[in-house]
Amino acid sequence: MSTTPTSRLADVVNRHQDELLSEWVQAQQLMTSRRMGLITNADLERESRELLGLLQRALADGDGTSVDGPQWDPVRDFLSGLSRSRAEAGFSPSDTAMFVFSLKQPLLSRLSQEFGDDARSLIDIIWETTSLIDRLGLVTTEEYQKGREAVIARQQRELIELSTPVVKLWDGVVAVPLIGTLDSERTQIVMESLLERIVETNSTMAIIDITGVPTVDTLVAQHLLKTVAAARLMGADCVISGIRPQIAQTIVHLGLTLSEVTTKATMADAITHALDQSGLRIAPVTKE
Amino acid sequence: MAEAERIPILKMGDLLLVTIQVDMHDRIAMRLQDDLTERIVSDHARGVLIDISSLEIVDSFIGRMLANIAAMSRVLDADTVVVGMRPAVAITLVELGLSLPDVRTALNVEQGMQLLADGGKANGWPHHDGRSR
Amino acid sequence: MTDVRAEELHIGESDDVVRVRQIVRDAAVELGFSIVDQTKVVTAASELARNTYTYGGGGRFRAELLNSGSRHGLRLIFEDDGPGIPDIEKALSDGYTTGTGLGMGLGGARRLVSEFNIESKPGAGTRIVATRWR
Repeated sequence: MSTTPTSRLADVVNRHQDELLSEWVQAQQLMTSRRMGLITNADLERESRELLGLLQRALADGDGTSVDGPQWDPVRDFLSGLSRSRAEAGFSPSDTAMFVFSLKQPLLSRLSQEFGDDARSLIDIIWETTSLIDRLGLVTTEEYQKGREAVIARQQRELIELSTPVVKLWDGVVAVPLIGTLDSERTQIVMESLLERIVETNSTMAIIDITGVPTVDTLVAQHLLKTVAAARLMGADCVISGIRPQIAQTIVHLGLTLSEVTTKATMADAITHALDQSGLRIAPVTKE
Repeated sequence: MAEAERIPILKMGDLLLVTIQVDMHDRIAMRLQDDLTERIVSDHARGVLIDISSLEIVDSFIGRMLANIAAMSRVLDADTVVVGMRPAVAITLVELGLSLPDVRTALNVEQGMQLLADGGKANGWPHHDGRSR
Repeated sequence: MTDVRAEELHIGESDDVVRVRQIVRDAAVELGFSIVDQTKVVTAASELARNTYTYGGGGRFRAELLNSGSRHGLRLIFEDDGPGIPDIEKALSDGYTTGTGLGMGLGGARRLVSEFNIESKPGAGTRIVATRWR
């Protein structure tokens, strides 16, 4: 039998699986006694059993000195999923990490029983075991972080989408009033959102109103032109309206050609244009 | 190349309808170009509708294929309309620098057929002409 | 703690361009890219793979999934032992075509990714590294 710390650890885990599991579950229950409502005993035991099993397999195939290799993928994937589900259930990052850390005590007591007589071996194996558990605990915390970041990113995006709503004026025509400065990221999101709405509403015309945009530089103009080109590729036409005199000057000054784009000074003009294209018009209601 | 490796072309009256649903190898794309050109002549088609609503990727090769088909059909006195381009694909094509100015487009098959019905031999941009509601 | 996983493919026939697209798409999905970003990176890969096959006479493709804490990215590496590109600046500017007129892939691909690096000398082959961060 090989005598590396990893193989010794693997051996101990194999032989004492059931006792380790029950001691570990007990330790967790003591810790989370305040939050028992967040997870059932049955789930706790199931998750612990699963991790222990994955740990066994990883130790059998691989190396206990690092958790980066492919043999540790199943363990990391499991911790990743667990971290996110615990986060959603309302556990704090520490609670979630403690799931892993609380395995130390049962493991270390088993190890000292096995190797108590051999100080040298005991120190080596305790060191490796502690490092391993620490690393796994860190993985759990990192995954928790990633989960939070994903939520924040999604919320930021939703905020931007909400602040630039694409409205359907009538059958086949949508309009998006752009307000505020257009930076690269915001423009991308608005562009995507406009194009999605065009598909959703089967609209053949989109009015992009820039009355609320203070400055138009080359970059903003490029983004607008790209949006118009993309909409056309999909089968819809765009009208850019709300071009203030200063902006018209800037556009000419920058040498930008908007020759392929329909532009209107005001939103009202754009709507009239859209009505024309749709074969509609607004007329007073005749009184009988 | 296996005979089965072709994109089917459907005839609907005097229109030809092509639905591209697979991630095409370059060879299949070239084959489609050839097949369509032949069928426009043999079927006396006056319009071609290419449905790309299932395509998740249109790179410069496929983009050029579409432009070529549009140009060749025009020479053969037929009109081509490309329908159903996905937003992500449109954004990417524009970023690539391919805005396909001479290719007429529509949101879906229904609008594409209307375009072919109304339109004459217009060149693509702007295609307000003939598009009545 | 940077996690790197890679997948490789030898580009030897024109069908390999589709295989490259599939590898890159699966990787982009796994990394959690948005639909638009997936489309951009797969399209860039398609352009570069085709270039490797058409102008490089075939070559090697490698996709690396990069996971380092908060950053997730997809790195695409294309290498060939072909004739090399004599004027890189010109090749990167749009409308550049050579041979059968299928050029323009390079400049476009560059715009679709976050980082783009190209090394090429006549007679010494070409190496392109393109990275898209999530």
